[in-house]
Amino acid sequence: MGGRSGQGSARPPGGVPVKIRIDPDRCQGHARCFALAPELFAVDDYGQASVIVDEVPPALEDRASLAIANCPEYAIELVGDQAVPSSGL
Amino acid sequence: MPRTAPVRDWSSDFDVLDPRYVADPFGIWDDLRATCPIAHTDRRGSTWLPTRYEDVTAIAHDIEHFRSLKVAVIPMGPAGGEGDRQLEYGLPPISSDPPLHTWTRRLLLPWFSHQRVESYVPLTRALCRGLLDSVIGAGRADAAVDYAQQIPVRVIARILGVSSEMSDAFTGWVRDVLEFADDEARRTRGADQLLTYFGSQLDLRRRSPGDDLLSELLRAEVDGVPVDDGIVLGMAALVLIAGVDTTWSAIASSLWHLATHPEDQKRLVAEPGLMPTAIEELLRAFAPVTMARVVTGDLEYGDCPMKEGDKVLMNFPAANRDPDVFDRPDAVLLDRAHNRHVAFGSGIHRCAGSNLARMELRVALEEWLHALPTFRLEEGREVLWAGGQVRGPRVLPVAFP
Repeated sequence: MGGRSGQGSARPPGGVPVKIRIDPDRCQGHARCFALAPELFAVDDYGQASVIVDEVPPALEDRASLAIANCPEYAIELVGDQAVPSSGL
Repeated sequence: MPRTAPVRDWSSDFDVLDPRYVADPFGIWDDLRATCPIAHTDRRGSTWLPTRYEDVTAIAHDIEHFRSLKVAVIPMGPAGGEGDRQLEYGLPPISSDPPLHTWTRRLLLPWFSHQRVESYVPLTRALCRGLLDSVIGAGRADAAVDYAQQIPVRVIARILGVSSEMSDAFTGWVRDVLEFADDEARRTRGADQLLTYFGSQLDLRRRSPGDDLLSELLRAEVDGVPVDDGIVLGMAALVLIAGVDTTWSAIASSLWHLATHPEDQKRLVAEPGLMPTAIEELLRAFAPVTMARVVTGDLEYGDCPMKEGDKVLMNFPAANRDPDVFDRPDAVLLDRAHNRHVAFGSGIHRCAGSNLARMELRVALEEWLHALPTFRLEEGREVLWAGGQVRGPRVLPVAFP
């Protein structure tokens, strides 16, 4: 289960805009991201999720964190060098 | 070994139909997780029971070594056959591997997309209100039988395009196949009735197609070739079997939790914005469904010598209580933020109806709390749970002032 930790928070240090992406190979269509943060994600007829914003608005960063921390496939990632250590829960 | 023999050692001789396991499996899983953590039994064939999140999800993702040809927790048939003689393809996509799994699943998924599921909300809401109207004056109800059990079966009947007047029959057949699978005569009778009914419904739609799921499956072509009749029948049967007591169990378990936790009743009524995380948390804590996989060849997993043909029970409910993954796993926290629960499975067999189940659970709880914001277990009456493939309350007497 290597590589399945460190994705528990969307808030980077230093106020850099938050970007998120979905790994389409990992996404299995649980749609948990959409259920918890419909402002940030869309899901197609086959369950494939996608991010619908370029950058996460600051007011929705908590929602982005929630979506990341609820994906059972660990398919949602912060883009670039933004990941911060977390409990991995 | 007779199935009634009580379990003395859960690590080497577990029995998912043992009354203690059905009533309260959580402590058993905790002990196994801490000391075993993959249990074994030879009851009903050589079978393994992982209890850790990491093991359950790893096995779910390893479709090469753990196949889905036999997904029933209680083996079907003395010869080890799965399902029914009439179903040479089983119940695709759930009881299949790629490539059959891939294209049959793609035929079903659009029927359970978020957008499509939203169109079933008014029907579901009206159904819930009607059920509540008929119990509210009595001051008491069986929240499982009078409410939870009545909802998903009627919504799925609408999707399939069959009469909701058949709901009681559908419920009976599905319980025969899943809940009473250990009784071979009953299981076979239920499966025969279910397949005979759907066979005749498919014949009707061949002559006079509609816009329902059954008609669409008959119309479907894959690479220019119509879908085999046996596959269509298996898919139709699956949609009913998977869409009835699974979600009904989740609704009833959630109502049981609320009936026994008045503080959570109050909180959900006062803070409806909690509903999205509350739904996921209730699904985590009371995940109803355990599936099975078949080991494709002798292998060693987690120090367990698994043999070709062994079963592995996909213990998603135990994974959801793993303290390595969930903080305070036995507490129901309606605002739990870190919640990668696997109530709907993990990997390519993620429940195809999960959007529908989530919607039905949400609407059922919203309408219940709107009509009956304060309720509790009825004193002096017992809650009865069913277990095995699908765990949930079958009798849930509640009272409301």
